[in-house]
Amino acid sequence: MRRFTRGFAGRGSSTRDARLPPGQYDAGRDWPVLTAEPTPRIDPSGWSFAIEGLVATPRSWTWDEMHDLPQETVSRDIHCVTTWSKLGMTFTGVSVDALFEPTDPLPVASHVLAYSHTGYTTNLPMADVTGGRAWVIWAADGVSLAADHGGPARLLVPHLYFWKSAKWVAGLRILDHDEPGFWEQNGYHDRGDPWLEQRYQGD
Amino acid sequence: MSERPGPVGPWQDASVVSIHAETATAKTFRLRLSRPKTLMAGQHFIIRLTAPDGYTAQRSYSIASPPGDLPEIEMTIERLPEGEVSGFLHDEVGVGDELEVRGPIGGWFVWDGDRPALLVGGGSGIVPLMAMCRHARRFGKPELIRMAVSVRTPSDLYYKDELEDSGVTVVYTRQAPTDSVRPPGRLGRADLAGLLDPDATVYVCGSTGFADAATELVMEIGAPVDRIRVERFGPSG
Repeated sequence: MRRFTRGFAGRGSSTRDARLPPGQYDAGRDWPVLTAEPTPRIDPSGWSFAIEGLVATPRSWTWDEMHDLPQETVSRDIHCVTTWSKLGMTFTGVSVDALFEPTDPLPVASHVLAYSHTGYTTNLPMADVTGGRAWVIWAADGVSLAADHGGPARLLVPHLYFWKSAKWVAGLRILDHDEPGFWEQNGYHDRGDPWLEQRYQGD
Repeated sequence: MSERPGPVGPWQDASVVSIHAETATAKTFRLRLSRPKTLMAGQHFIIRLTAPDGYTAQRSYSIASPPGDLPEIEMTIERLPEGEVSGFLHDEVGVGDELEVRGPIGGWFVWDGDRPALLVGGGSGIVPLMAMCRHARRFGKPELIRMAVSVRTPSDLYYKDELEDSGVTVVYTRQAPTDSVRPPGRLGRADLAGLLDPDATVYVCGSTGFADAATELVMEIGAPVDRIRVERFGPSG
């Protein structure tokens, strides 16, 4: 049993929102920005998104082509490893399932490495980006995604810590093995399930 | 990077050795780690508070002290309005108290001590940069580091005594000291003139607004985008 901190009562677990994973707090109206790189300014006219690697048919989409795909608006909570969560956000974009369909990942595909126009990378198991669990999104809470939140478009994988939702996403490389991305090489967990508090390697 | 950070490791106890006020809203907590590990300048630790009912709150705080201070570490913590963790640390924690901590964390916003670096900090963003600055001085290579700090007024500046005569550029945005020749104003190109070594890695730390403005500025004075590392402080309680 863990020792408690002398004098600390906290804000009371009885009023705690059940949507908050352990160790997280509700950021309320704030949407904090955490990025390790300068914020790039990417014009939608020059934006593209590709699926490559272990697929039958690699392909890429322009901004307009992406918008011609069936769009979804989903309501989800997001959880940042730095302990803020933001509850009940809505996001609009295209599901990764819809992007995989014409590319047809090979049966050996086990993981993806998401990469960004900035060079940022993050790794995810295939199972975490398929089955209606991941999207490429360009709007949040009804407005276009701001550049500092990853706009014009970012990956959204809301059931994992938010560094997995690569900002300024440029594509997914389909792999038959796990390949640690930027934060994962720097000590963060390869999967990052907030409900299991998988924050750092070894958690 | 010549060094890689090790695994983060488990939670450990740390005892509060000293506390002193840097400004009206910031205090430096010096902790003695029970199980110190290798530390790199620029890394951070997490502090976790646990209530008797099992409720926990945790926040990350940058280390201000150089790695050579181990097994002791210093964190300068700003008291945020409504800050659940920072408020508790400021109001309730005293010398001799035990805190649960975990770290060090971070393998990106770190300086390995070998290469020239330009450090640009806004407000409390000075904290991890101070660890780099102190590290360089500690092992006799202060010339590797160039540093510029932006604060609103003289009373907002952390580590004031230490920064005097240190060669660190301090820019005041709202109110400058009476003997200052530079009028108050935002960090500009002129403030960074001559500070960028062509081989330098640039470390920018501060609020999102500051970080975005400062990265634009260092790119304008010729820093390549892939040599710029940024740490932004959002509201983190």
